[in-house]
Amino acid sequence: MRRAPITIQQEGIPEEAGLVPCILWGFSPSLILPWFPGYPSSMDERRLLLGSEALALGVKLCRPQVIAAYPITPQTHIVECLAQMVEEGSLSPCRLVTVESELSSISLVMGASAGGARVFTATASQGLALMHEILHWVAGMRFPVVLANANRALGGPWILYMDQTDSLSQRDTGWIQLYCASAQEALDMVPMAYRLAEAHVLPVMVVIDGFWVSHTMEPVDVPSQEAIDSFLPPRKDEVKLDLENPQALGAPSPSDTFYRIKQEIQEEMERVLEAFPGYAGEYRELTGRNYCAVEHWYMDDARVVMVGLGGITGTARFTARRLREKGIKAGVVFPRVLRPFPAGELREVLQGREVVLVMNRALSPGMGGQLTQEVKAALYGLPRAPRVVEWMAGLGGVDPVPLAMEKAVARALEGEEVIWTLQPVGARR
Amino acid sequence: MDPSTRGGQKMMDVPRDEHFQPGHPACPGCGAAPSMRLALKALGPRTMVVIPASCWSIIAGAHPFFSLGVPLLHTPFLSAAAAASGLKAALEIQGDPETLVMAWAGDGGTFDIGFQGLSGVAERRTDILYVCYDNEAYMNTGGQRSSATPLGTQTGTTPGGKPEEKKDLLNIMAAHGAAYVATATLAYPHDLLAKFKKARETRGFRFIHLLSPCPTGWGFPEDKTVTMARMAVESGAYRLMEWEGGGWRTTHRPSFQVKVEEYLGAQRRFSHLGPMELREIAHRIASHWEEISRGDKG
Repeated sequence: MRRAPITIQQEGIPEEAGLVPCILWGFSPSLILPWFPGYPSSMDERRLLLGSEALALGVKLCRPQVIAAYPITPQTHIVECLAQMVEEGSLSPCRLVTVESELSSISLVMGASAGGARVFTATASQGLALMHEILHWVAGMRFPVVLANANRALGGPWILYMDQTDSLSQRDTGWIQLYCASAQEALDMVPMAYRLAEAHVLPVMVVIDGFWVSHTMEPVDVPSQEAIDSFLPPRKDEVKLDLENPQALGAPSPSDTFYRIKQEIQEEMERVLEAFPGYAGEYRELTGRNYCAVEHWYMDDARVVMVGLGGITGTARFTARRLREKGIKAGVVFPRVLRPFPAGELREVLQGREVVLVMNRALSPGMGGQLTQEVKAALYGLPRAPRVVEWMAGLGGVDPVPLAMEKAVARALEGEEVIWTLQPVGARR
Repeated sequence: MDPSTRGGQKMMDVPRDEHFQPGHPACPGCGAAPSMRLALKALGPRTMVVIPASCWSIIAGAHPFFSLGVPLLHTPFLSAAAAASGLKAALEIQGDPETLVMAWAGDGGTFDIGFQGLSGVAERRTDILYVCYDNEAYMNTGGQRSSATPLGTQTGTTPGGKPEEKKDLLNIMAAHGAAYVATATLAYPHDLLAKFKKARETRGFRFIHLLSPCPTGWGFPEDKTVTMARMAVESGAYRLMEWEGGGWRTTHRPSFQVKVEEYLGAQRRFSHLGPMELREIAHRIASHWEEISRGDKG
């Protein structure tokens, strides 16, 4: 495939927004980017990595035993990096299978998980949509599969760029969803994902922004293997095929059994939220980095709050500072854990604020932004609830640049309920 | 030659151990149930089975009942091949290279919706056994056309008879470079057992196609399942063959004491056809198998 240059129109580049125009889609990172030895910190090694490479390194540290690999932009680097590691022997013992579709990649890791292995696969966009049926099956069967998704819009028409329609369309499948706003988070969320998956016997999706995180180079502190080994014990085989104890997994179930299975999954999801701070605390002890189910910034006195998922919250932090220079007390909230949805924490954080601007990067046509629905549902019945304003911040790579974000905040404060950007900015080719 | 004593073997030689319990919920006269019973006798207890949506999703038992004596993973319709491949990888990486993983799917799950995954595992030379028990339509949903349905067959979705011929899956699998491809049917248990044993001992990708008569779907009395399978083989409407790389070998030569028309005429699914049409279909089926077995040295 010929590689045409991509033009990005931008109005101001925030330094932590993951907006460095590093869209070198289509190249093999292992060819042009040798592992870059940076300066060491106290316990981590600092490297300059693409988000996809950081995520792959996080996977390696978790010692997966079976990986299914299938390419799709903007995820391809993840499976390429892992294939390179397996080839070199730095990820061993591990069986990497290059399948013929995402249907087979998710089916393969499902089978491997049923056999007791720790498994991984990665996908994006059309690939995640293609997996849909099996995502339900994996969750219903309680297989602790970990999958990485690099957010990309769903066609048609053909679209390569980032929005969150792919992962948000899968929010009802029974998977835990963890969102990442940087390469560092892309690495750190993988051990967290395996810990959650295996402790709660639920599948976990680690979600990164396509391009803005996956193809952006950032300095990343890489934890030591010892640290991750102590954080993540080998998988306990709660659900496994066993010759000594032959059982059927997934047999047709009576309705009442099926009902209980779903009830148990819902209850386990609630326990995940309760347990998340404990795992995050352990991870902080080992790495010094702290993660919360609901991340927030500038919220002490914020009157208008920008709520978003993933890399957009970096832009929002930059914008919040600019707004504050102009006298608007703005804050930022990032529900990192989208499933189970941390409604309680969100209510606490948002109670008493004036306006909540929900920055949607996924649309449920006929209803509106999916994230708006989530936030509104969480705030239902809350005394002193803020006014929730919906902003279609970006679909198909339309980039919620700081200027557009400032305008959206202004329109929200003027009383608008639903905001579509008047002059959307993004990739043109 | 009496097929029940083929090669000097008698029923006494069939392994006595059972990995399939009675009391399962298959229809009376189901060909797929005894096929599994025989297959597991040959494969033995170090076997794990992966079954996609099919009649066998039911026959294996609804929770908490379970009719097999070996572990079983139920999967969605199109997942069997890839899930079996993943299971095999998981076993190997955990230090168990010996356990056989068998995907066991119907014709819909093999010829149609599972075809891509099947092609994938075959192309990757995955070390599994894939078995298609072929009852020649989507029988678990009451009998609708699949690409394994023979020409002219009346089904729920081809009420006027299927206008196309059956997909030639056997040559497709051989063309993938499978280590072993075979056909078998329950009317010839020693032939079936020998092929499953050979598949057990072979490494690489193996594919076995089983003709599995279905009394409700085909429309014949439920005590005639074995008769129907035998008529298919003896008339030349189905051939018992195997492929180990160099070409097809016939493992049982048909006697031709029965005509293909008689085999077809004994089934309700062909009852809408007149004698001319039956003869035409019979001719095409027979010449298809003639073509496959041409050059056969066995």
